[in-house]
Amino acid sequence: MRMLTFAGRNTKEILRDPLNLAFGLGFPLVLIFLLSAIQANIPVKLFEIQHLAPGITVFGLSFMTLFSATIIAKDRGSSLLQRLYTTPLTPPDFILGYTLPIIPIAVAQCAVCYIAAIILGLEITAGILYAILFIIPVSVFYIALGLLCGSVFTDKQVGGICGALLTNLSAWLSGVWFDLDLVGGAFQKIAYALPFVHAVEMERAILAGNFTGIFPHLWWVLGYAAAALVLAVLLFLRQMKKQ
Amino acid sequence: MDAIRIEGLTKKYKDVVAVDNLSLTVKSGELFSLLGVNGAGKTTTIKMLSCLTVPTSGDAFLQGKSIKADTAAVKSLIAVSPQETAVAPGLSVRENLALMCGVHGFSKEKREKKTTELSEMLGLNEVLNKKAGKLSGGWQRRLSIAMALISEPKILFLDEPTLGLDVLARSDLWDIIRALKGNVTIILTTHYMEEAEALSDRIAIMKDGRLLICDTADKIKETAGTDNFEQAFVRIVKGVAK
Repeated sequence: MRMLTFAGRNTKEILRDPLNLAFGLGFPLVLIFLLSAIQANIPVKLFEIQHLAPGITVFGLSFMTLFSATIIAKDRGSSLLQRLYTTPLTPPDFILGYTLPIIPIAVAQCAVCYIAAIILGLEITAGILYAILFIIPVSVFYIALGLLCGSVFTDKQVGGICGALLTNLSAWLSGVWFDLDLVGGAFQKIAYALPFVHAVEMERAILAGNFTGIFPHLWWVLGYAAAALVLAVLLFLRQMKKQ
Repeated sequence: MDAIRIEGLTKKYKDVVAVDNLSLTVKSGELFSLLGVNGAGKTTTIKMLSCLTVPTSGDAFLQGKSIKADTAAVKSLIAVSPQETAVAPGLSVRENLALMCGVHGFSKEKREKKTTELSEMLGLNEVLNKKAGKLSGGWQRRLSIAMALISEPKILFLDEPTLGLDVLARSDLWDIIRALKGNVTIILTTHYMEEAEALSDRIAIMKDGRLLICDTADKIKETAGTDNFEQAFVRIVKGVAK
């Protein structure tokens, strides 16, 4: 009950910020429509809607990192967290209270992207529902990354690190915008050692109904999500103790 | 009865001693001020008493409950209004109050009762549906104190509650603090000498983490050999009191 009150507050804070809606929902939609328009004029296999849509849904999650990092960093800066630390809320209440409200937002963002993709010609299949379902572990990774950054950086630093650096990393190393095979070498190895490209390839496989193709990508995503969550919890507890 | 008993409380950060062997008592219902220049250890003391920071050594007992051994019981007795306004900016005033009721596990009926009661007490009715982030500093401070009072604390920590406020907003807040006197034990930190003198039953002056003096404003002036409280503070901190 206490945790749900806190989670409800976090949902309201995120959804009432018009910039959050503009970037979180608007930007991925703009990308889908823009890249589809390019695809219509200069056909590129990578930008065919069945390849593009899963990539955009994963890329869009980098805004979930920004949401969670910003709200935590702001709460730390304004001392709201300090006030709440003197209430009966426990550490799990804080961590769940920051994490849970963003999962439905991530799922909604993913669903809206697929609706846009259907308008642009994506065939309606059960794979879309599974792709939306499997976005949850990916979103946990991105949200945990936000929890981690918000526990360490100020709200101004978070804007630069999560808003610029992470979105770029997530874009370059995911294979959404260009084929990683074309670059090859160390860049490709680094990309495949990180979860972004695995998340995209997992989503593409699910959408295509190729369920055996989700492995080993799912393990990479789950592994990184678990590691990011553990690290985020440790750093959150550390800053809590540092109060 | 003592609301707070502090025994040899010390906090060290690596080589820096933020609070050095502090011992004092605060009576129930008393308004007790902590004064000192920046870095004197006031905020660290409040953080230790409110279980936000673990002491390096020593202990303090709030209504007999140890801040080291019984933090859950201490947290149920206290509330803190931090230096910054510490409100949820995207929520309305009403929603901020409801948030505090919710995290304290109040029922819907109690939530509505407390919101009405505190809105009236702190004159928040006219801004109840406005977003907290859009309010002026004075209104945000009022809301901050209302949020602290939601849990009906026995001990209230006010960390520089009038910092940055204009004269009128400060005067309004003084009236609110005066109205609370006697019902709640209040620990106030401030940089404003006239505030401490006007509101406090007793005042402790700290420097470099140490307690220099703890007495009524009149006795402190008498000790320093001056009629002016600010002058008395300066003399005591500089170590030139009689």
